[in-house]
Amino acid sequence: MPAKHSFKTLALSSALLGLGGFTSAMASEGYSDGVVRIGVLTDMSGIYTDLSGEAAVEAVRMAVEDFGGEVDGVPIEVLHGDHRNRADTGASRAREWYNNDGVDMINDLSNSGVALAVAAVADELQRHAIVNSSSNIGLTNDYCSPFVTHYTYDAYSLAQGTGQSIVEDGGDTWFFLTVDFAFGIGLEEQVSQVVRNAGGQVVGAARHPLDTTDFSSYALQAQASGAEIIGIASTGADAINAINALAEFGVTPDQRPAALLLWYDDIVSLGLETAQGLMLTNAFYWDANDQTREFSQRFYERTGRMPNMAHAGNYSSTMHYLRAVEAAGTDDATAVSEKMRELEINDFFASGGYIRPNGRMVHDQYLWEVKSPEESEYDYDFLRLLATIPGEDAFQPLEESTCHLLNGN
Amino acid sequence: MDIFGIPIQALLGQLMLGIVNGSFYAVLSLGLAIIFGVLKIVNFAHGAFFMLGAFTAFLLAQYMGLDYWVTLLVAPLLVAAFGMVFEFLFLRRLYGLDPIYGLLLTFSLVLVLEGGFRVAFGSSGQPFATPEQLRGTINLGFMILPLYRGFVIASALLVCLATWFVIERTSLGASLRAATERSELTQAFGINVPRLITLTYGVGVGLAAFAGVLAAPIFHVNPSMGSSLVIIIFAVVVIGGLGSIMGAIVTGLGLGVVEGFTRVFYSEFSSTIVFLVMVLVLLLRPAGLFGREEG
Amino acid sequence: MRTLSYTALALLVLALLVIPFVPQLIYIVFVMKTLCFVLFACSFNLLLGHTGILSFGHAAFFGTGAYVTGQLVKAYGVPTDLGILAGGLVAAVLGAIVGSLAIRRSGIYLAMITLALSQLVYFFFLQAPFTGAEDGLQRIPRGTFLGVIDLRSDTALYYVVLGIVAAGLWLVWRTVHSPFGNVLRAIREHEPRAISLGYPVARYKVLVFTISAGLAGIAGSLKAIVFQLAALYDVHWHTSGDVILMTLLGGMNTVFGPAVGAALVSALNHYMDPFGAWVTVITGLVFMTCVLTFRQGVVGQLGQWLRTRRTPAPSAKVQHRSHAQQQH
Repeated sequence: MPAKHSFKTLALSSALLGLGGFTSAMASEGYSDGVVRIGVLTDMSGIYTDLSGEAAVEAVRMAVEDFGGEVDGVPIEVLHGDHRNRADTGASRAREWYNNDGVDMINDLSNSGVALAVAAVADELQRHAIVNSSSNIGLTNDYCSPFVTHYTYDAYSLAQGTGQSIVEDGGDTWFFLTVDFAFGIGLEEQVSQVVRNAGGQVVGAARHPLDTTDFSSYALQAQASGAEIIGIASTGADAINAINALAEFGVTPDQRPAALLLWYDDIVSLGLETAQGLMLTNAFYWDANDQTREFSQRFYERTGRMPNMAHAGNYSSTMHYLRAVEAAGTDDATAVSEKMRELEINDFFASGGYIRPNGRMVHDQYLWEVKSPEESEYDYDFLRLLATIPGEDAFQPLEESTCHLLNGN
Repeated sequence: MDIFGIPIQALLGQLMLGIVNGSFYAVLSLGLAIIFGVLKIVNFAHGAFFMLGAFTAFLLAQYMGLDYWVTLLVAPLLVAAFGMVFEFLFLRRLYGLDPIYGLLLTFSLVLVLEGGFRVAFGSSGQPFATPEQLRGTINLGFMILPLYRGFVIASALLVCLATWFVIERTSLGASLRAATERSELTQAFGINVPRLITLTYGVGVGLAAFAGVLAAPIFHVNPSMGSSLVIIIFAVVVIGGLGSIMGAIVTGLGLGVVEGFTRVFYSEFSSTIVFLVMVLVLLLRPAGLFGREEG
Repeated sequence: MRTLSYTALALLVLALLVIPFVPQLIYIVFVMKTLCFVLFACSFNLLLGHTGILSFGHAAFFGTGAYVTGQLVKAYGVPTDLGILAGGLVAAVLGAIVGSLAIRRSGIYLAMITLALSQLVYFFFLQAPFTGAEDGLQRIPRGTFLGVIDLRSDTALYYVVLGIVAAGLWLVWRTVHSPFGNVLRAIREHEPRAISLGYPVARYKVLVFTISAGLAGIAGSLKAIVFQLAALYDVHWHTSGDVILMTLLGGMNTVFGPAVGAALVSALNHYMDPFGAWVTVITGLVFMTCVLTFRQGVVGQLGQWLRTRRTPAPSAKVQHRSHAQQQH
């Protein structure tokens, strides 16, 4: 049984590593096991690595360093793990971290299945989870928890940002190209709602399977619909393939594509030539002001890439968590949760940001337009600000939330 | 005139696009069919070689400034050479064993290739411009077809027919077919069978890479672009009939069309339809549409 | 040889029993997950190793078990034990259907039919409103076992999972070492001969398909209870591929080799996080090395090594089998 042996040695060595952590810490009063541990649970090796991945771990490390590496004299430790885009793997790692390794807070949580599963574990074990790179609005509704914070963006803010602005701009007939996943359908419904409320009309939708490469058929359907706006409710490779096909089949100038969740990285891989003129809602862009540029410059030096909104959110939320821990004088989850919801967030990422009782971090969202190659003057000069959507408008009103923590629910 | 509420003109357009999509399937499944026919190995890395072709073209253009037309030729050759080295060093050791080991080895190669490219180039992919000469569209009367898509059909069919011709109508093809059926006897006639097998693997892999370069300007070039293709392509080959070259080509085109129409009538099912077709075909015609049943 | 394996087995059982008391050494939820895959792989190998049938769609049964149990327990308040049983039963019925269609063909065609049918099952679960698509069926309550054991405790759940998996493995072992198992082996070695001997081969194949699918379903059900979720990945063809991998790594010509393979793959997944983005590449290289160097799997190779070390008295039966394998 060689397997059993190798397995045990592995387990043993990792246990010893863990013990190293324990002994080095001086038990400080109010802090469980004398260390504040932050775990970054992300996709390190799969299709979402660029959206968070190792750079997300780096963002959290930066926050810890900027904070001084310790709270109240208690050292801060950063762990990282790979959920491989599998909810069970993510949930299992989260449980082990909370139960065995003394992790106090888990950050990032890309992939909505993973985010929901880890949120459930966090709620059960009463430890913190901060979701930065998933859009699932269930996290602040049916699945809300005092220990779960949804930080950067969500499907509602995307719909408000892009949907509302485009309708106001006169684009009032819509056709959707939607990925046949809960995420895509949810986003389509959110935006449809916004469009109808603003007096617009949804003329149709085509739902394509995940990982569709050939979007030409859908481009034709979109053309035939006669809609002014083609709403693309997918992300990553699907969205890029859809945008490419729409450009190729010439849906302009009477028809315009609107990408409902486009990441900074997607623009890089589309290239400005194809992406120019696209509108997108992002909570952060590196070149927005001096503060964002300062952070992004440092981030670039460490990772070799510009941060996207998830990376910025990882940094900002880690800072906020640590400030809350410091203010509470303990890493006790309930006390920290109260402080997190009490303190305001003012940094390069958010000004006057605050966390609602259902865990929603409320802050301004921005509508951007992709520049044309001619307008882009220097490296990574991609976006122009079109509008700022105030936090109160960008996020779901509290009275609509079905979160059980709110009064009357 | 409408069919199921959809104008016939739109359906013609969808038919055309189905053929474009089918062209990719045809080239890919042709390569897979050749490899299975001769090596008796399920080349699970076929999608990864497709990706490798697209990426090689991207790298050649990006870092060596090569023209698209040059990369269309060079990239498949480079990938084919890589494939032949892989066959020579590793795959060769598994001949004569249960085909499942070949499947496992090529599957491991997928992990290495996709993982490696993700480490090197990230997961979100690279922009790839359509060649200057093929931008723009042509009006076919019933639809506006981008010029490049037309080019895809033409070049894919050309390559498929050329491959079919070499295998079915030339002496090289004859010795290849002979080696497939009676390897020892062929060897006795002085033909170097192992080298022929290496060459076959190279051709199959090269075809996958060629499809990759063709796809690069219209499909998103990223490390996982081929990962969901493998099982579809393999289904195409099985539906066509294992070992049938023409079967693979015709079925590839046909399934492209079937998938295209599914996108109009029941879009959610479009990536699953090929499997429904496969079950039905295998239950009704055990050796596939064009395969001969062995007595 | 025999005493050696009994000692090893006894040690293993002992180790498994004390695991909850050494949480620093190995994490208990990870062990539970591994146990689920152990049962999954061993049930799968009833087909591949013992009957010579390659199913490339076993995730359909695993995932069906997970979803059925999850939905019954979560939405209809069915007791956990009955939920697991139902998961296994539904998977077994599905196995009977898939099996009776697939066994009309053989070899690669059979594998492709199972793949195709499992893709249809995947599509069903993707579309079905209760599964939550990629979000998964979340927050399945663990409930109680037989109405007395509170499964919210990891330790209690662990012993229940261990017990059920052990029972499942015993069933696999009994199947292999029964007259029925002998016929299965006869089918694997030489199907026409088995037919000419008058065995109703088709019925035997459907039966073993059903047993295998049922046990795979139970494995899925257990996983749904352990993690309190059922997700699309459980029915995805990648999972069908994973189980083939586990079986081959462990050794398909042994009864419990797949168990070791499952443990190996789980461990690879669990302990390689420090390598960051390189895990995929490293996993690929490990598999490549395995298939090139010890093709009989870890347990198969170890068995052979033990036999060659004790050259005087090799077991004739086993030698014959490995010889037959090489001829394949």
